[in-house]
Amino acid sequence: MTYHLEFSALLPYWQDLAWGLWFTIVLTAVSTVVGIAVGTLGASARSFGPPWLSGLVRVYVELIRNTPFIVQLFFIFFGLPALGLKLSETTAAFIAMVVNLGAYSTEIIRAGIDAIPKGHIEAGVSLAMTRLEVLRYIVLRQAFAKIYPALSSQIVIVMLGSAVVSQISAPDLTYAANFIQSRNFRAFEVYFVVALIYLMLSILLRYLLRLIGDRFVKVG
Amino acid sequence: MSFFRAVAAGLLSVGLLAGAAHADALDSIMKAKVIKVAVPQDFAPFGSAGADLKPQGLDVDMANYIAEQLGVKAEIIAVTSANRIPYLQTHKADLVISSLGKNAEREAVIDFSAPYAPFFSGVFGTKDIAVAKIADLAGKTIGATRGAIEEQEITKDAPKDTTIKRFEDNNATIAAFVSGQVDLIATGNVVAAAITEKNPSRPAVTKFIMKDSPCYVGFNKNEPALKAKVDEIIAKAKADGTLNKFSEKWLKNPLPAGF
Repeated sequence: MTYHLEFSALLPYWQDLAWGLWFTIVLTAVSTVVGIAVGTLGASARSFGPPWLSGLVRVYVELIRNTPFIVQLFFIFFGLPALGLKLSETTAAFIAMVVNLGAYSTEIIRAGIDAIPKGHIEAGVSLAMTRLEVLRYIVLRQAFAKIYPALSSQIVIVMLGSAVVSQISAPDLTYAANFIQSRNFRAFEVYFVVALIYLMLSILLRYLLRLIGDRFVKVG
Repeated sequence: MSFFRAVAAGLLSVGLLAGAAHADALDSIMKAKVIKVAVPQDFAPFGSAGADLKPQGLDVDMANYIAEQLGVKAEIIAVTSANRIPYLQTHKADLVISSLGKNAEREAVIDFSAPYAPFFSGVFGTKDIAVAKIADLAGKTIGATRGAIEEQEITKDAPKDTTIKRFEDNNATIAAFVSGQVDLIATGNVVAAAITEKNPSRPAVTKFIMKDSPCYVGFNKNEPALKAKVDEIIAKAKADGTLNKFSEKWLKNPLPAGF
């Protein structure tokens, strides 16, 4: 072992890392919010929608959950232009993330909905609540409380999975790492530091999600 | 006495053999009516096995062309890039036509002809995009393979407002160009030829050259007659458009300006 660690080799590139980190954070934040919105709609449609809609959502969920994320991403970025839909790498990255999290959260939220006793819904209806009110205050409220830990994990997984978008040249944290590595060939230092950044990002994200959970999601 | 005679005869014959080895290579080729040419085994489009498993490519066409001009038969030997010069030095080949670039180390051991084919890294793009020099990249988006020499050149020299999209490997860079995600790429002319070959509807046209390292025919040192003859044939091929035809056929681009 004659490899000499030289973390100072990263210093000239700190701006690249900072921009990459920023992109990863924004990408995760936006795709989490939009993805969970998609998941909520999907799960509601799957549980209470007409059969054709429920079937459509099921096809979407199965299609996304049973194919690799990188393939979905490449299909959107490299494949769709053949159909005349040309998206920038940033748009493609956001769409792929939303589509992916949307499918997983549909399934997670649906599990929460399934766990709600029929009696609760009937109680709501007998109190003259509208269907939307039942969905909002009885079904989803309780469903989210039940599945919140699973959903939090999925959000962290999606954040870490976002590293893949570097493959279509979307300038995230991993893209910055790959770029720096191709310049100073300090693979150990670069990926060590970037792994630490991802680790801290995960810890922060979990903490943030717990705060949000305690404040808004917990029931009673 | 007979012993000394035998030794003397032996020495004489060694001298003759050495003399024979030093005989003019062009003469021996013309006498044998065969020229042995080393071409690449697996480096398309210069030389690779075709569908019939016979070598094909620009270098093979060039070898056959030179043989034809000499009025002899070409014996094609497929070699790797590591052993192409040893083949020459051990006289297993008379010429090396194997996408051979010139550098000081090689010039110390073998001689080179005039260049016969372009080999360069540069910027390629769709027909309609107007780029002729690196400054023209201002405000444009260009794809390149991360860490490749072309990407480093572009990063160093392109104007500040050029957007460089860096991809993991050549295939992703090619996919980005073919799918229309980028209209310009920085790569080697061989890669550009592969793009045009596989996707003729969106050819990658040469915009400008960044690093030039054309291909030369290599032969052993101290063969002035052979060198003169090969140079003459190459000059003729250049003048009558044969070199350009080879370039169009295999590299999907005409010879660059000033070749």
